[in-house]
Amino acid sequence: MLDYFWLIPLVPLVGVVINGLFASRYIRSQLFTGALASGCMLVAFIIGFGSFMQLASMPVEDRHVEIELYDWISGSLVHMHDNDAHVESATLDIPFGLQFDPLSALMVLVVTGVGFLIHVYAIGYMKHDPPDKGFYRFFTYLNLFASFMLILVLGNSYAMMFIGWEGVGLCSFLLIGYYYKKKSAGDAAKKAFVVNRIGDAAFIIGMFTLFFTFGTLDYDGIFAGAAANSEVGSGLITFATMMLFIGATGKSAQIPLFVWLPDAMEGPTPVSALIHAATMVTAGVYMVVRSNVLFTLSPMTMTVVAVVGALTALMAASIAMVQNDIKRVLAYSTVSQLGYMFLACGVGAYAVGVFHLMTHAFFKALLFMAAGSVMHALHGELDMWKMGNLRKYMPRTHMTFLIGTLAIAGVPGLAGFFSKDEILWYAFTGPNGSPWLWAIGTLVAGMTAFYMMRMLIMVFYGDSRMDEHTESHVHENPPVMTIPLIVLAILSIVGGYVGIPANLRIGPLESLHETVDIVRWLEPVTGGHGAGDDNGEAEAHAMIPDSPAIVAPAIGGEAAQVLARPIAQEPAFVLTAEGEEHNTALEWTLMLISTGVALAGIGLAYQIYGRGKPTDEPAKRFGGLYAALWNKYWVDELYEAAFVQRAKDLGKGLWVFDDAVLDGTVEGVAAATKQSGTASSEFDNRVVDGAVNAAANSVWSGSWIFRALQTGMVQNYALVIAIGAFVLVSAYLFL
Amino acid sequence: MEIYAFYAIAAVVLSSAVLMVTSRHLVHSVVYMVISFVAVGALFILLEAEFVAAVQILVYAGGIVVLFLFVVMLVNVSETYQVEFLHRQWLPATVLSMILAAQIGFLLWGNAGGLAADPSASGSVLRAVEGGNTETMGMTLYTDYLLPFEVASVLLLVAMIGAIYLSRKRV
Amino acid sequence: MAELGLNHYLLLSALLFGIGVAGVLIRRNVIMVLMCMELIFNAANINLIAVSRFRPDLTGQVFTIFTIAVAAAEVAIGLGLVIAMFRNSTTVNVDEIHLLKG
Repeated sequence: MLDYFWLIPLVPLVGVVINGLFASRYIRSQLFTGALASGCMLVAFIIGFGSFMQLASMPVEDRHVEIELYDWISGSLVHMHDNDAHVESATLDIPFGLQFDPLSALMVLVVTGVGFLIHVYAIGYMKHDPPDKGFYRFFTYLNLFASFMLILVLGNSYAMMFIGWEGVGLCSFLLIGYYYKKKSAGDAAKKAFVVNRIGDAAFIIGMFTLFFTFGTLDYDGIFAGAAANSEVGSGLITFATMMLFIGATGKSAQIPLFVWLPDAMEGPTPVSALIHAATMVTAGVYMVVRSNVLFTLSPMTMTVVAVVGALTALMAASIAMVQNDIKRVLAYSTVSQLGYMFLACGVGAYAVGVFHLMTHAFFKALLFMAAGSVMHALHGELDMWKMGNLRKYMPRTHMTFLIGTLAIAGVPGLAGFFSKDEILWYAFTGPNGSPWLWAIGTLVAGMTAFYMMRMLIMVFYGDSRMDEHTESHVHENPPVMTIPLIVLAILSIVGGYVGIPANLRIGPLESLHETVDIVRWLEPVTGGHGAGDDNGEAEAHAMIPDSPAIVAPAIGGEAAQVLARPIAQEPAFVLTAEGEEHNTALEWTLMLISTGVALAGIGLAYQIYGRGKPTDEPAKRFGGLYAALWNKYWVDELYEAAFVQRAKDLGKGLWVFDDAVLDGTVEGVAAATKQSGTASSEFDNRVVDGAVNAAANSVWSGSWIFRALQTGMVQNYALVIAIGAFVLVSAYLFL
Repeated sequence: MEIYAFYAIAAVVLSSAVLMVTSRHLVHSVVYMVISFVAVGALFILLEAEFVAAVQILVYAGGIVVLFLFVVMLVNVSETYQVEFLHRQWLPATVLSMILAAQIGFLLWGNAGGLAADPSASGSVLRAVEGGNTETMGMTLYTDYLLPFEVASVLLLVAMIGAIYLSRKRV
Repeated sequence: MAELGLNHYLLLSALLFGIGVAGVLIRRNVIMVLMCMELIFNAANINLIAVSRFRPDLTGQVFTIFTIAVAAAEVAIGLGLVIAMFRNSTTVNVDEIHLLKG
C-alpha cells in the first residue's frame, strides 16, 4: 500500500470531478452522490490505513517515504542572501512531492477516518436541504476540501503545504457561505476568508524568509540546513517562525485571528464538524509540529506560542461559559482546545499536541454532529433555552453526546483525559513550561467541564422548554446519522489509550503502552522533544532518518549540539529521566488536581443548571465580567473599531481629499479646458471644418465613378476579375 | 478511331454545359451537370486515368450532385424555377467570357502544337506498378504524397465541421 | 482529320472554362453559381489529366485527386453558406444581396 500512498489526495478528487461536473445535471441521485463522496473518503482511508500499517512494520529509521510526482516549478535561478552577506544564487525547484512519515500517516488517518464518518452523516443531514442542487455542490466541496487537506499533510515542502493551506481556506470559504442567499452566511464566509488571508500573508513571508535563508523550501533541506547553520535564537529563524506562527493563528483560530471561527458556524453542521473541529483548524498545529526543528531553535517564538495558546484557551473557554447558541459554545470550545494544542507545542511537547489534536478530532466531531442531530430534529433551533429533556426523544444522540461531553471534560478513562493531562503535565515540567501555564490550563479544564455540562443539562435534561409544535415533531434521526455518532463515541472512549501517562503505566496499561504509544510513534518527526519520559526507548532516539539529529553531529555548531543531545548525552532540552521517581509523585498530584477541578466544574454546572429550573442568574451576578463574556470581550467590536472602521475612515478621508483637492483641481482644469474649448470650437467650426468640408465635398464630387463601381453585387466584382483575366491574356497574345 | 470518340464526348460535355447554364429550372441544370461530369469522366478514361475517372464519377456525379439536389430541395420551391434567371450584366458578361475562352483556346492550341500521345511511354509511367493505374496511384499517394494526402483529409474534416456549424438552426 | 493531340484537350478545357465563367457571371441563383464553379474545376482537371498523359507524369493525376477533394470541401462550405443565407434573407439570388455596397 505504501507504494500507492500518493493516491490518497487524488481519490477524493475523483469524487469532485464526477459530482461536480455531472451530478446536478445528469445523475441527479442524492444516494449516488453521497455514496460516491463517502466511498472516495473510505478508499482514501483504506489506502492510508494500509500505508500506515506498512510504515509501522518498517524499522523506525526507515519510516519516511517520499515521492515526487512531477516538477511543478523548476529551475528558475534566484539570488539569495548568505550569512556572510555575500550574494549566492539558488535554484527554485519545487517538485510536486509528497511524503509519508509517522506524522503525515497519523494526520491522514484522522482526516480520512473522521472525514469519512462526517461524509456519511452529511448524507442524512443534508437530505432535506431545500435548494435541490445544493446537495451535489455540498459534497463536491467536501471532497475538494478533503483533497486539499490531504495535500497539506502529505506535502514534502512548504510550497506543497501552502497549496493545501490555501485550498482548505478556499473550501472553507465556499462551505461557510454554502447558504449564500443568507446575508449572515455570506458575511461569515468573507470574514473567514479575509482573516485567513492575514495569516496566509504572514505564512508566505515566513516561507520566503526560509527560502531566502536556506535556498530551498523542502522540509528535509530546511531542517538539515537549520540544524547545521543556525544558532539558537538567531534573528532570521525567530522571524521566520514568528511569521509561520501568525499563519497558524489564522488557520487555527488563535489570538488575535480567532474571530472567524465562531462565525463560521453559519455553514451546515457537517462542515462545522469537518472543517472547524476535526481537520482544517488543526492545520496550524500540524504546521508547527512539522516545523518543530525550526521552532525549537527559537525559544522566543516557543514562549509566544505557549502564551498565546494558553491565553486563547482561557479566553475562549470563558466566553463559551455564557453563550446560548449550541454551535457557538462548541465553536469557542474548539478555539479553546486548539489553544491547548499550541500550549503543548509551545512548551516543546509536540507529540502531545498531536495526541490532543487526534482525540479532539474524535470528540469534537462527535459533539458537533450530535448538536447537528439535535438541530436537525428541532428544525434548525440553536438556542439552548428552547430545548430540554431531549433525552426522552433522542436516546442515541443523548448517549453519544454524553460520552463526548465526558471525554472533553477530562473525566478519567476517556480520551480527553489522557491528552489533556499530558499537556498539563508538560506545561508544568516541559522545557518551556511554567507553573503559570499549568495553572491557566487547569483553570481552563474546569471551565471546559462547566460549560460542557451546562450545555448537556440544558439540552438533554430537565423540563422541556420547546413549543408544542416542535415537541410533537421531535424524533431520533435515521441510522445514517446516528451510526457515525456511535463510531465516534467509541473512538472518544478508546482514543486516549494510545498515549498513557507515565504514572499510569501499571499492569495491563503498561503492556498496552509497550505495544502502542503515540509519542514513541511520532519520535522520528518530533525528535526527542517532549518524549523525555520514554527513556526506555533510547534506540528510537538514535538513527532518525533525515532528521537533524543525524546531520548535526557531523557539522557542529551550537544548534547541532542542542539537537544532537538526544543521542549524545542525557537530554537537557527535553524532559529528563533523572526525576522519574519524584516525577511520578508530582504527576499524580497534578493529575488529581486537574481531575478534581474538572469534577468541580461538572458539579458546579449541575448545581446551577441541573437542580430545578436552569437559569443564568448566578452568572449574571458577576455583572461586568458577565457582560464581557457575553459580548465575547468585545473583540469583534474592537476589531471593527480598530481596523474595519479605520479602513473605512481611511477610505472616507481619501474620499474627502479626493473630493476637495483632486476633484477641485480636476474641475478647475475642466473649467479652463471648457473655456479654451469654446474658443477652439469657434475656430474649429469656421476654419477647420470649412477646410475639411471643402476637402470632403471635392472628394465626394470627384468620386462618383468609384461609387458607381461599388455596387455591392458580388457578380459585378467577378466580372471585373474576368475583365482582368481578359486584359492579361490579351496582353500576352498581342504584346 | 480515338479522335471520333473524343469529338463525341467533347460534344456531350460542351452541349450539356451550355444547357446547364441556360436552363431556367434548377433541377434540369443539375441533371445537365451530371451528364457533363459523366462525360468528363469518360474523357479521363480516354486519357488512361481510370482511377481519377472513377473518383470523378463517385465524387462529382455521386456525392456533389446529391448535395446540390438536397440544397435545391431545401430552398423555397419558388426559387427553383425563375423566369428572370439572368443577371442584368448577362450580355457583356457572356460576350466577355466567350472572347476570353477563344483567346485561351487559341493560345493553348498554338502552343501545345501537335504533341501526340506515346502509348508505350505513358503506359510505363501511368501504369508503373503491375496491375495498372489504380495500383500506381495508390502507391504514389501513400508514399510520395502521404503528407498532402493527410492534409487533404484534415481539410475535408474542417469543411465538414464548418458546414455543420453554418447550417445549424441558429446562425 | 488530324491525329488526336494535347491541343484538342486544351481547347476543350478552354471552352468549358469559358462556359463556366459565363455561368458564374450571368446566373442570379447562388446555387447555379456554385454549380458553374464546378464546371471551371472540371476544365482545370481536364488540363491536368491531359498533360499527365501526353508528358507522361503521374503527378497530374495525383493533383487532380486533391483538386476533387478541395472542390468537395468547397461545395460543402458553399452550400452551408447558401442555407445560412436563405435562412437570414429568404432569397438565393445573388443580386438581391448587396451588403457590400459602398
